[in-house]
Amino acid sequence: MAAVPNEIPDANARALLVASGLAKHFGPVVALRSADLRVRPGEIHALMGANGAGKSTLVKILTGALTADAGTITFGGRTRTFRSTSEARKAGLICVYQDPSLLPDLTVLQNLKLTATPISNFRRYLVELGMARFDLQSMPRELARPTLSLLDLARALAIEPQLLLLDEITASLPADLTVRVFNVARQLRAEGRSVIFISHRLAEVSALCDRATVLRDGKTVGVVEPAQGGEERIVKLMLGPVADEVAAEAASPSAPATGAVAVEVRDLKAGTLDGVTFTLRFGEVLGVAALEGQGQEELFNCLAGVRRPESGQIVVGGNPRSFHHPGDAIRAGMVLIPADRVQALLRQRSVRENVALPLVNRISRWGPINPRREKRRVETAVKRLQIDTRVTSEVRRLSGGNQQKVGIARWLAGGFKTLLCFDPTRGIDIGTKRQIYGLVKELAANGSAVLLFTSELPEIQLACNRVIVLFGGKLVDEMPASEADEKALLRAAHGLPSEAEEPQSQEGA
Amino acid sequence: MSTRAVATVRLVQQHSIVVLIALLVALAGLIEAIRPGAVNANWVSNILEFAAPLGILAAGQTLVVIMGGIDLSVANVATAAAYIMASQAPFGVTRSIVAGLFVGVLVGLINGVGVAVFKVQPLIMTLAMGLVVTGSLNVYSQASVRTVPGVPAVIHTLGSGTVLGYVPVSLFLWALLAAVLIVGLRGTGFGRLLYALGDNLEATRLAGVRGWQVLLTNYAACGLLSAVAGLVLAGTVNAADLSLATVLLLPSVAAVVIGGTSIFGGSGSYSGTIVGALILTVLNSVLTLLDVPDAVKQVLYGAIIVVLAAAYTRVLGRE
Repeated sequence: MAAVPNEIPDANARALLVASGLAKHFGPVVALRSADLRVRPGEIHALMGANGAGKSTLVKILTGALTADAGTITFGGRTRTFRSTSEARKAGLICVYQDPSLLPDLTVLQNLKLTATPISNFRRYLVELGMARFDLQSMPRELARPTLSLLDLARALAIEPQLLLLDEITASLPADLTVRVFNVARQLRAEGRSVIFISHRLAEVSALCDRATVLRDGKTVGVVEPAQGGEERIVKLMLGPVADEVAAEAASPSAPATGAVAVEVRDLKAGTLDGVTFTLRFGEVLGVAALEGQGQEELFNCLAGVRRPESGQIVVGGNPRSFHHPGDAIRAGMVLIPADRVQALLRQRSVRENVALPLVNRISRWGPINPRREKRRVETAVKRLQIDTRVTSEVRRLSGGNQQKVGIARWLAGGFKTLLCFDPTRGIDIGTKRQIYGLVKELAANGSAVLLFTSELPEIQLACNRVIVLFGGKLVDEMPASEADEKALLRAAHGLPSEAEEPQSQEGA
Repeated sequence: MSTRAVATVRLVQQHSIVVLIALLVALAGLIEAIRPGAVNANWVSNILEFAAPLGILAAGQTLVVIMGGIDLSVANVATAAAYIMASQAPFGVTRSIVAGLFVGVLVGLINGVGVAVFKVQPLIMTLAMGLVVTGSLNVYSQASVRTVPGVPAVIHTLGSGTVLGYVPVSLFLWALLAAVLIVGLRGTGFGRLLYALGDNLEATRLAGVRGWQVLLTNYAACGLLSAVAGLVLAGTVNAADLSLATVLLLPSVAAVVIGGTSIFGGSGSYSGTIVGALILTVLNSVLTLLDVPDAVKQVLYGAIIVVLAAAYTRVLGRE
């Protein structure tokens, strides 16, 4: 077995899964250099690493979706090479991914039959996940994303796996559902089965996991016990030499800015969004805090010209505007970074073509491209975002964090006045996250206006000057970033009055 | 797989056109083996002459397929353009050529409006327009009961004349169009947008592109190129009948696919299509040499296209 630094004394205890020296490359890109992983029976084991560290590749190799170029896997005492996910599933190893996998146009029951899932088991786990009254005849197309994630989980549990892999399943789950997932994971552990848990949220890892294996640049760089104050160590291991640099960037919250008005939103209504009024100034990052589905999506889409508001006004530079197409919003200087990278990127095309896309977005720009000018603009943007790749590589070969950076670099090259960031750091590692927040602050400091929604409330303070809170489609609160700690935001986002107004607050409510 | 094999596969993937050219040479070798001495300057000249109309027809197809669409009316448009050009010949060469090209642009624009504005599936839209064009042409031919239209001398020279004894005149036109297309796809904003639309329509919209403008223009361009191909073909066979280019529909799509353009859009090149068109033309020549009945020839031709397309996917591991 390969020597792993910081191995715990009882390392010789019988292991359920031992992976050693796993390597994989795709063409010239090395995804995994040498990954080691050792999971004991009855253990919840975290797999940590920045984007591009090789987590996804490792998971895919373990579950048989990919074959390794080198290295060995021992599962349940036998050396195994899974040639397909169904082989791994038969052996008792199954993975639940971040993106829902049920076919949208078959009922849930038909989906289960398709994968030969034992229905009674599935039902039992649904009960444990708090969905006792779920109707198996529902169509996945009509279900909310968190529900779909739980269904995926129950389907995986129904085959009674020995080893369950949870690949960022909590990324799209609200806090109460995350708790249910945790309880099920702990129950598996109590039964002597094991879980590999992947999440970018350190707090979740230290609350749930017994040990954590950290990957960096395709290599296992350490095994840590997160509960014993190991969080700092994990971050250090994940980031490697750049850790200190990143820590310095996460400065204290900025003061509210007082630039000219960039955008004024007046009584805007669209779908869930029910009459919102606020102003966004140049030089500030205005945070939007909200639970899932409080109208923030409609707000961003209206501002970016993706959908039309039912009523209300968007005033840009003093003039009321009505955007019929994203192109109209872009001309007014308002550009959108969507949460779903796949939505915004040309996956088969090069980084250069992706970044340069706004440079050809009008008929007047259909003519010959000036290669030198384009190269200069693309390279400046790529450098500024520290996208570590050649500009000629296809975007689909990049890691998630780098893909999101390409989506942002596009607008640095294309030019904008107001940046609308809708959950830009969803599923992105902590190093890249802080880079993105650092950039957003810098852009505001240089005079741009930024509207930023993030689903991770603790991060509001990292990036914003001021925060507005949406609840039930209405703007319920507004505060400077200095007051916007997680607790205050959570209360407001749940529609509760702030503590100052309600002195007898219940602790831990 | 050994490192060497991996490297070879990668080399092939990055330079698929080399493989295609090798296939082309192999086919020529086959002809030489069947009938020694058959591959000579005259043969090459003939191949180029017959490949030119197909290559130009497949040019329009390439543009549309890269954009994620398909145009199944190209052959009908080519036929109609040639027929109308011929029928207008008595009124002057210029007028007849303009009339022929106009037909192409008009049908292309209608295709574009259907796909871009009314969101009709390109397959259905262009297939239906093909029927409309052919039907209309039949009506037109019956209504204008003149003598069988003749091809103007200029067009005849364009389609079957040679320079220096061997170089077909149509090759000059084809080369010119090829240069414009290859450079244009890579180096213009419009070219970029074709790939972008073929890759991800929604992303292109979010970047501020009004997709309908690109779609409309591109279908019109495809119609125009189809019409040009029709005129050249009429010159090559020195006649324009009501089924002139019908046989070229499948080859126009096959040349694109064999040339490595993804049928789902977003990647590909016209240089690949050129080699694809040459391969298909040489293949036809092989089958003619084998002296098999027409029916058998059709079976072989269809089967070989399927095998080529399958091999292509296998070798290059495209998704």
